[in-house]
Amino acid sequence: MASPKTSLRTPLARVRGLGAAKTGTGHFIALRTLAVALVPLGLWFLWAVIAHAGAPYAEVAAFLAHPVNAGLMLLFVVTTLWHFRLGFEEVILDYVTHDGLKVAALLANTFFTAILAVASIFAILKLAL
Amino acid sequence: MADATASTRRPERPLSPHLQIYRWSVTMFSSVFHRATGIALGAGTLLVAWWLIAAAMGPAAYDDFTAVAGHWFGRLVLLGFTVTFLFHLLNGIRHIFWDSGLGFEKPTARFTGWLVVALTGLLTLAVWVAAYASMGKF
Ligand code: HEM
Repeated sequence: MASPKTSLRTPLARVRGLGAAKTGTGHFIALRTLAVALVPLGLWFLWAVIAHAGAPYAEVAAFLAHPVNAGLMLLFVVTTLWHFRLGFEEVILDYVTHDGLKVAALLANTFFTAILAVASIFAILKLAL
Repeated sequence: MADATASTRRPERPLSPHLQIYRWSVTMFSSVFHRATGIALGAGTLLVAWWLIAAAMGPAAYDDFTAVAGHWFGRLVLLGFTVTFLFHLLNGIRHIFWDSGLGFEKPTARFTGWLVVALTGLLTLAVWVAAYASMGKF
């Protein structure tokens, strides 16, 4: 690599794309955007669980089948899993330095959240439709 | 950059807190615990999915879920998730303020740290009282 003193490349161009993740700003903003959404959604979810603790099956099923509740539950599940995927990705990049293991962990993270998202969405839609 | 003396020089950047040396402070605790709770809540998504799938499958599957949730060990796990969820949610609000540049002064950060700890305790109690009340236990 040409030394900084003899090259016209800017210092920024030398560091751009380096680091464990290669990119970052979009990831940072997305994680926080999802976190902001999770404050009201998380409180709603807590309320929904409290209100139906120990409730008979028919009552729970009817609650989840209501379009507004089904919609909020879809939002909560998708937002949570997306936020977790991004957040856990950060954790993996901090601790897993071996390239192969890192790729495997990132894939597992994506597959885990995708499968759970599809399973949860499918269950909500089955109750609501 | 690679000059021979680089490895013997002291790095000119702050080092990470060293767990065995640093005296624990509320700000350090809340930082470590935010990550720990975020990871633990990842396992919690399995429980949420199980709850929704059981409800979608019908009364028999749902009864299996409530039997596990009603067992003392199930209750203990749910109590753990209540604490974990509330701490991460409340401390997450603190993080969102930090990310917009607010609340970094040391006295403020210490105060909000203790506030998160206290509110986590209070709200956990409130959630469980409300849940038992909604089950008609009082
Ligand atoms: C309920 C409302 C929630 C809020 C307000 C929230 C907020 C946040 C915020 C602001 C961050 C970034 C922290 C930082 O600046 O370093 C974060 C990180 C994270 N969150 Fe959440 N979160 C919530 C729920 C969840 C849930 C349910 C999960 C898991 C399923 C989760 C998993 C994570 C993970 C794994 C990280 C990364 C931790 C790290 O890098 O140390 N969060 N959360």
